[in-house]
Amino acid sequence: MQNFIWPHKDLLDVDDLTVREVNYLLDTAEQFQEVNSRPVKKVPTLRGKGIILFFAENSTRTKVSFDMAGKRLSADTFSLAKSGSSLNKGESLKDTALTLQAMSPDIIVIRHSSSGAARFLAERLSCSIVNAGDGWHAHPTQALLDAYSLRKFWRNNELGGFEGKKVLIVGDVAHSRVARSNIKLLTMLGAKVRIFAPKTLLPANAADWPVEVHSDLGEAMRGADAVMCLRLQLERQAAGLLPDLSEYASRFCITPKLMELAAPGAPLLHPGPMNRGLEVASSLADAPNSLVLDQVNAGVAVRMAILYTLGTRNDAPQPEA
Amino acid sequence: MNKPDHKFLLKGARRHEHASFDVLVENGRIAAAGPSGSIEAPSGVESVQAEGKLLFPSFIDAHVHLREPGYEYKEDIQSGLTAAAYGGFGAVMAMANTNPVNDNASVTKSMLEKARLTHPHGPALYPIGALSTGLDGKELAPMGELAEAGAKAISNDGKPVKNNELFRHAVEYAATWNLKVIDHCEDPDLAAGWQMNEGKSAMELGLKGQPGVGEAIQVARDVMLAEYLNLPVHLAHISCRQSVELIRWAKTRGVKVTAETCPHYLLLDDTALASYSTLLKVSPPLRGKDDVAAMREAVADGTIDIFATDHAPHAAHEKEVEFDQAPCGFIGLETAVALTWALVEQGVLTGRRFEELWASGPADIFNLPVNGFKAGDPADFFLFDPAESWVVNRESIHSKSLNSPWLGQELKGRVSAHWLGGVRIF
Repeated sequence: MQNFIWPHKDLLDVDDLTVREVNYLLDTAEQFQEVNSRPVKKVPTLRGKGIILFFAENSTRTKVSFDMAGKRLSADTFSLAKSGSSLNKGESLKDTALTLQAMSPDIIVIRHSSSGAARFLAERLSCSIVNAGDGWHAHPTQALLDAYSLRKFWRNNELGGFEGKKVLIVGDVAHSRVARSNIKLLTMLGAKVRIFAPKTLLPANAADWPVEVHSDLGEAMRGADAVMCLRLQLERQAAGLLPDLSEYASRFCITPKLMELAAPGAPLLHPGPMNRGLEVASSLADAPNSLVLDQVNAGVAVRMAILYTLGTRNDAPQPEA
Repeated sequence: MNKPDHKFLLKGARRHEHASFDVLVENGRIAAAGPSGSIEAPSGVESVQAEGKLLFPSFIDAHVHLREPGYEYKEDIQSGLTAAAYGGFGAVMAMANTNPVNDNASVTKSMLEKARLTHPHGPALYPIGALSTGLDGKELAPMGELAEAGAKAISNDGKPVKNNELFRHAVEYAATWNLKVIDHCEDPDLAAGWQMNEGKSAMELGLKGQPGVGEAIQVARDVMLAEYLNLPVHLAHISCRQSVELIRWAKTRGVKVTAETCPHYLLLDDTALASYSTLLKVSPPLRGKDDVAAMREAVADGTIDIFATDHAPHAAHEKEVEFDQAPCGFIGLETAVALTWALVEQGVLTGRRFEELWASGPADIFNLPVNGFKAGDPADFFLFDPAESWVVNRESIHSKSLNSPWLGQELKGRVSAHWLGGVRIF
């Protein structure tokens, strides 16, 4: 154990972090997951700190997860949703941000439909900014909780670490911040990322990513050590990117038969909310190797680790895990 | 400010291959010009020393947005023409996307009147009339009325014309009035809602990209119509390789197509957007490195005929928003000469080509007066100090808006004096 100072004011995306810092967060989350299994799920770590949950785009699960994480650390959390915020009354993001800052929060967690919105706040405010999802750009806490869930699964099954693991991300990659942050983080940790989607749901320059781009779903599944499904936004069909949803479901839904092509016992992940029968067969979502609920559980612990790390970074040197 | 009938001798300027070049000005016109010693000046004439400075004819910017009427908080004719003067421009052509739109004589005339009142000696303002009423792409604007009022070209800039038949008729009808149609080439359906160039950077930033082919598809339409009709079309702010290749092909077939590009398409690529800086958001978007290379080549070899700035002022509060909420465009009048002169210093362009791109090129395309330093030409010229460094900021910029990608940066080379019609305007 040695003392080290967390060098980042904000968490905007996973590529702000080194592998050592990622591991520190995941190790810290492990300690908080233990707290979450106690009868009294609360520690005094962030007592007296204020966290604003500024959700300018609809979200239920991520907001609840952050709220719970903050409260279990004894921080005071305040919610600002778009419908209740001044953004609707024609106030600029800049003014909303400055107004929130004037209330002296320690951390602002922001979810916004515009790519770059978290960075916009981080450049202007002195408090810590945590990106809870900006446009199609980044969702670092999701990627961290996915990594946490995979790490734990592989450890418990004595399957080793990320090095060389083949992780397939399947679905609407083009419009997915979850995919973008996961591609970065999994690659950083040593995994080999594969992606599959019909061409209309792949970025035109997908070949520039450090991933294997597959055009055949069966081939993509073959030998995969983990399969991560993405949510399909139903408006993609209306935008002309897909012929119809039944065609999608019959050709791109992850089925038990497809899962047989993956490595035996390979875990299935989904960031939620799931469209059962569209992206993933219902039976798979409920199968023993589905990590969907483990991801949600890990989400609270990982967000506790992030809020704790940022919320105490100026207080005193912290022990390295 | 001297009087228009003032007589003087500009001495010792550098002009292309001439290390020392003199210009005798009388009654607002060039009386004689040539290498020092080659012209005879009347004895006792006042002389102006220009040693060490480069001499150019006043440039013409065929594509600016001066925002008046309607958006005077961004820019107005007074401030826009002042910016032009300090930037080395003796004339600017102002796009029609004002409020109200410049689709009738009363708007054109009011713009010209404002220019006359605020800048009696110039720079000259040449309004560009709307191609369609309200720029809505449905009905032709009254081009005869606009031409008579003083419009020098017709364009739907900012709102590409989707309807091919309407565009055909615009080209035909404009020709009746000897007006050139300037087209903003962009397929409005291909990547509707785009935020930047489609490419690796857009993918990483999670911003919707517009591919270069979105521009090139309309370039293809325009050159095919221009060839079929045997009528001219001018293509605004060309930005990518595919467009350049189509234009090159069309020119070999003798199609009456001319094209412009802007300094930024030769100087910046889409990787510059990594910080989500809205100052770099522009239409068409900054392209990839390969496109930048193609644009440099096309400007040097004549495929692209002219430079224009697409000077597009926006207020600070309009740009300080989420990237997808920010308007497109940036100012360019006062940075253009320094930025493009750097291309000469880098060997991308010759000094003569540089001058053609900014002066005789646009004059030829739009049939405007230009100074060729021959006796009788208008005495419109400026001195450029290639060694002076300056910082782009509120003190140096005369435009009302400061939305420049080079804001806060140091540029090398500056316009140090400017005469229009023999009158020193600064």
